[in-house]
Amino acid sequence: MSANQPAPSNTSAAGGEAVAALATATAGAPQPPAAVRKRTSRGKLTARRFARNKLALVGLGILALLFLAAYVGPSFTKYDYKFHDYMAFNAPPGGDHWWGTNQGGQDLFALTMRGLQKSLVIGLLVGGISTLVAGFVGAFAGYYGRWVDKGLTWFVDLLLVLPSFLIIAVLSPIFRNASWLIFVVLLAAFSWMITARVVRSMTLTLKDREFVKAAKYMGVPGPVIIFRHILPNMASLLIIDTVIQVGAAVIGESGLSFFGFGVQAPDVSLGTIIADNTTNAPTFQWLFYFPATCLVLIGVAVAFIGDGLRDAFDPNSSGAKSKGRRRKALAERNEAHRKATVAGGSRDVLGTS
Amino acid sequence: MTGAAVPSQPADSTPRSKEGLRPVTDTRLDKSQPVLEVTDLEVSFPSEAGEVRAVRGVSYAVRPGEVLGIVGESGSGKSVSSMAVLGLLPDSAEVSGSVKLAGRELLGLSDNELSKIRGKDIGMVFQDPLSALTPVYSVGAQIVEALQIHQEMTKEQARTRAIELLDVVGIPDPRRRVDNFPHEFSGGMRQRAMIAMAIANDPKVIIADEPTTALDVTIQAQVLEVLKKAQDVTGAAIVMITHDLGVIAGFADRVQVMYAGKPVESGSVDEVYYHPRMPYTIGLLGSIPRLDNTERRALTPIEGTPPSMVELPKGCPFAARCPIAIDRCREVEPVLSVKEGNTHPTACHRSHELAGALDPATIYPVPEIPAAVELTSVPREQREKVLELDNLTKHFPLTQGAVIKRKVGVVKAVDGITLDIREGETLGLVGESGCGKTTTLLEILDLPSGQAGTVTVFGKDVRGLGRADRKALRRDMQIVFQDPMAALDARMPIGDILAEPLKTHNWDKDRIAARVPELLEMVGLNPDHADRYPQEFSGGQRQRISIARALALEPKLVILDEPVSALDVSIQAGVLNLLDELKVKLGLSYLFVAHDLSVVRHIADRIAVMYLGRIVELGDSASIFDAPSHPYTQALLSAVPLPDPRRERERTRILLTGDLPSPANVPSGCRFRNRCPKFLTLSEGEQQRCHDEDPANSRLAADHVAACHFATALEVI
Repeated sequence: MSANQPAPSNTSAAGGEAVAALATATAGAPQPPAAVRKRTSRGKLTARRFARNKLALVGLGILALLFLAAYVGPSFTKYDYKFHDYMAFNAPPGGDHWWGTNQGGQDLFALTMRGLQKSLVIGLLVGGISTLVAGFVGAFAGYYGRWVDKGLTWFVDLLLVLPSFLIIAVLSPIFRNASWLIFVVLLAAFSWMITARVVRSMTLTLKDREFVKAAKYMGVPGPVIIFRHILPNMASLLIIDTVIQVGAAVIGESGLSFFGFGVQAPDVSLGTIIADNTTNAPTFQWLFYFPATCLVLIGVAVAFIGDGLRDAFDPNSSGAKSKGRRRKALAERNEAHRKATVAGGSRDVLGTS
Repeated sequence: MTGAAVPSQPADSTPRSKEGLRPVTDTRLDKSQPVLEVTDLEVSFPSEAGEVRAVRGVSYAVRPGEVLGIVGESGSGKSVSSMAVLGLLPDSAEVSGSVKLAGRELLGLSDNELSKIRGKDIGMVFQDPLSALTPVYSVGAQIVEALQIHQEMTKEQARTRAIELLDVVGIPDPRRRVDNFPHEFSGGMRQRAMIAMAIANDPKVIIADEPTTALDVTIQAQVLEVLKKAQDVTGAAIVMITHDLGVIAGFADRVQVMYAGKPVESGSVDEVYYHPRMPYTIGLLGSIPRLDNTERRALTPIEGTPPSMVELPKGCPFAARCPIAIDRCREVEPVLSVKEGNTHPTACHRSHELAGALDPATIYPVPEIPAAVELTSVPREQREKVLELDNLTKHFPLTQGAVIKRKVGVVKAVDGITLDIREGETLGLVGESGCGKTTTLLEILDLPSGQAGTVTVFGKDVRGLGRADRKALRRDMQIVFQDPMAALDARMPIGDILAEPLKTHNWDKDRIAARVPELLEMVGLNPDHADRYPQEFSGGQRQRISIARALALEPKLVILDEPVSALDVSIQAGVLNLLDELKVKLGLSYLFVAHDLSVVRHIADRIAVMYLGRIVELGDSASIFDAPSHPYTQALLSAVPLPDPRRERERTRILLTGDLPSPANVPSGCRFRNRCPKFLTLSEGEQQRCHDEDPANSRLAADHVAACHFATALEVI
């Protein structure tokens, strides 16, 4: 295996370790010489690692299908979600009404698809925005310390003690006629604070790590350090937080809608459909099953994608390593150890003794 | 603490029962019979990658009063084998073979039965004394517990004995100290307390696992002394596990060298150190920089890294790194036996040749380090100053109170440091932990603007610098950190890591793309590996990446903060050679901070010895090592063990009393006086001078100053 590698030209000591690096994990394919080959960027590497995760791809597929169904699906049915079919109240699935109808005779498929449109967008936007804000505020507060920290934590604490539900309730009439996107902003604005505090405390520990110091002494500006080193190192937290926030936003939105804020009739969201039909669900089960399945699918898809992203960002996770590489690494390590004039392998198998 | 609650002893992992306090057997130990006999010990762990065979057949025997040293690099299975002897391995470990303590088989005993032996017949001293003592109980209570578990004793008796024991291990004022908690003890005192606990029940064997690795050299010398004393008191056998060949040379009677889970050479210290017959041992001895080496030469590193312990290749595990491996070595694993012409057992097919035809001294190729040409020929005074510190001071206020902070004192971390580094030279900054080395570094790197003293980098006072100038300075001054794992962002491929400084200083893309492979090649790594993550590399390789990153911008000054202390000796040699080579090639200046004086001797041109925030002695390498004049430097040098058993036995150590004082409470006059061995020999008038007057630097030679009123040279190595 060492034969097709350009020989390291330096001191023999150095050469030894270089070959050892080869031994740790190469998929075996001969690589073009360094001069020809272009370095793969971090983004590309992450994307490649993400693509190796089957479940994550499944999640991505489900999400794409949900979007497709939500936006294209309604054009295949002749019923509009606002239309009340007075000939069929609480009709079971089948026939004209694929998923049945509700108490008011509305077609459940049309309703669910309409609701799905809203819920998908609200969920993903709220999840994304709140995590973004949390990461941003928390990391800046933790990294810069002093008055930046004092000011930002004070603001976070203030938002935490304010009853968010009340504020949204008070503000809702003002935005009554505005786009429901305002509602997304409101929901996001009140769901990022706890994460921000966690991010801040993690930043405080990361800030003292040597690689952050190294970057600082290199002259890398603070904001760049935050986005290049600090936030990627808490990617797991941020991703999991997003997944949770997406679910919470969909549910939270339905709660607010129930009280008359947010998505208002005749418009619907998944949350409102489920909430409206709770009383009838035990007898007319389809009223619950179809919208709830859609809700669960959103959750599952986001969770799969989140898992994949987390693995892709974390080079320690075995999930994202290529299979061949994983299996071959070990065999080759010892093979190379035998064959090469100098050899090696990861010494980390045993940890430190 | 009250008598009702029995504190848990950390060394004892099992819930202990009150029964069976009677000693199992108390036969007078027969001096000729081995007290601990380990035969064919094998340990394996299941892991995801397969079965990890951590120990593959270890055998040894120790007799009462004997010290057996087990040396090996990390991952060689030395600690695992001792844990197996103590029965402290997790349940998932599979242990086979035989461990006999005074004739009684220990393997296969239940945890309860072993608990009665551990701490009684076998004493244990672990590496990290802070985690080995329970923080919530006083030290005395923990010793009392150790006593009462194994012996019928009243509380008062046990307490009296605990005080006696603390006195034996040299804890000052044991009557008061017995009630202190572990956090009130310094590292060295905690380790003494651990030793006190280990000898509390007159053990037959003491197993010491890297007992001094976490300690400073002067404290290490004290602790080794205590361990020796403990052995004299109890007559126990000691099994000493360490990676430090110097410690073993002076301390052990016999040595066993381990590699890849197996002993590869064993014998008396003299045999192994003076007539090594296994290439690994030869390589180890050749790769350590030595304090007593006057000529500067390249170290001979052992190439490669130890093999993975999963699915070991057939043949000798060292074959791939061995300079004299033959075909047979790759086919058949040699057994440990006395080969023809040898006096002690080795596991090598060619040992008999090493005794005759092959010269052990020449089997490793000595790497060539290009000699420094232009710079060293220019006298030092004419070279440009790269870094100049003038009376650099960093004091931290000590505050109390949660809401309104009151200043209650000052921590004088750095208290007036003056030194300079010229182009192309290496300044070694040495001192024990807590003396202010790191603070000094951070002060330089932070480019501070406050407090007393000045930092001048490349002739520019950093205080008046604007933003752009500061950034420009950062380009010329880079740092390499101690822990290569922590210093590299684990989530960035190494190509990006190396590109980061370049990007920051606005290099364009094409230049960066060309520079990264160049850097990797420069430090001896394969340029194709640019898109791998740091954890795919071994410790030594990671440190090379760190060095490459520091050199990316072609700096003039590189600050090295303990760059090799986290590495194994055989790897360390390679990194030191690389640093040497790069310095010559690129004309770099180094500020090399280290606690290991042997390493500093190897690499530095000039040395600054730091004590409690001050530099006590400064001069060129030769004067500091050959004629150390400050009593602290003398003590520091004499505490460093040499990997040379005969000289080690002849040496007398200057033992310092006590620990480093807190920088919040610096003694008046000379800050070293309360630990100074010289102080005790002075007359009263002279002592008064040390007491009142802060010694200024007295010049002893052209490039040699010491801050002592009574500086005289003394040979200590």
